[in-house]
Amino acid sequence: MVALDALDRRLIDAYQRDLPLCERPFAVMAERLGESEAVVLSRLERLAAAGVLSRVGPVFDHARAGASLLAAVAVPEAERDAVAARISESVGVNHNYAREHRYNLWFVMTAADEQQLDARLDALEAELGHPVLRLPMIEAFHIDLGFPIPWYELERA
Amino acid sequence: MSVSTCPSEPAASNPPRQDGLDVLDRAIVVATQAGLPLVPDPWRAVGEPLGLSGEAVRERMVRMQAAGVIRRVAAVPNHYRLGYVANGMTVWDVDDAHVDRLGREVARLPGVSHCYRRPRHLPEWPYNLFVMLHGRTREEVEQQAERLCELLGAACRDHRILYSSRILKKTGLRLAGRSDRRGQMR
Repeated sequence: MVALDALDRRLIDAYQRDLPLCERPFAVMAERLGESEAVVLSRLERLAAAGVLSRVGPVFDHARAGASLLAAVAVPEAERDAVAARISESVGVNHNYAREHRYNLWFVMTAADEQQLDARLDALEAELGHPVLRLPMIEAFHIDLGFPIPWYELERA
Repeated sequence: MSVSTCPSEPAASNPPRQDGLDVLDRAIVVATQAGLPLVPDPWRAVGEPLGLSGEAVRERMVRMQAAGVIRRVAAVPNHYRLGYVANGMTVWDVDDAHVDRLGREVARLPGVSHCYRRPRHLPEWPYNLFVMLHGRTREEVEQQAERLCELLGAACRDHRILYSSRILKKTGLRLAGRSDRRGQMR
């Protein structure tokens, strides 16, 4: 695991929720943290390079920016990796997980609109030769705000 | 016949699509979905190749946030890298009459990052509530699932925990564009 100091943690804790949409957002962050803009930027870069931050930027509502859908296929274990590679390469796929279940490959297909989404899924289904279970979101109960990170507990682990 | 609210920007005169985003909004989504450039004025850096001022980019982002297209602009941690290596997609077969009320309650439990209602596909897929649980170990995820089980009570007929055995691809990308090169393999 990457070693994080107090400033790294404060940065992550404070900005998991909201980065100000002002002209110099990192300068405002820096001021709040009692640091310089340059320090904040270099920290963020380091955390991103280390993979601790997956990105600094907008989090889009999946349901409102374009169209997307969770999908799954059940494939024999021997074929799994080959099928997974074809799914990952397919245009529009942004997540692809192998999971321990008869439906063993789970992915998110995205598109500009519903029509393109259906077309992409139809084409992929035909290419894979396996039926694709389509699980569109009906209702989101969670307003994805990130969740508080219990740093001390993580240290003990 | 333009439906644009910004007649000074010719490209924006394309009619918005079903999500209410015009061509320039979508260009901003594509340019920022893999992350903002880490420079003092990221809006200007995003706007430059699009022929927009930093101010215009920011205004559009504020508008997209107000419309709910952008949930938040934030530092997005990679929970896996922070030690949350047990990621369980739990799926629940919950009585349709109660699923909306219970879904809202489940969403408030600690460790829950996503909670969605999705359609069943009977007979092979009876589950209608999806809850993503994150823990440092499978035991922790199982304890969280146990708590969910108690909360759902008799309204829940069956459930499964689908652990991820491999993350094959994970990006924050929603719309295709030239920036479509940050797929990570792990």
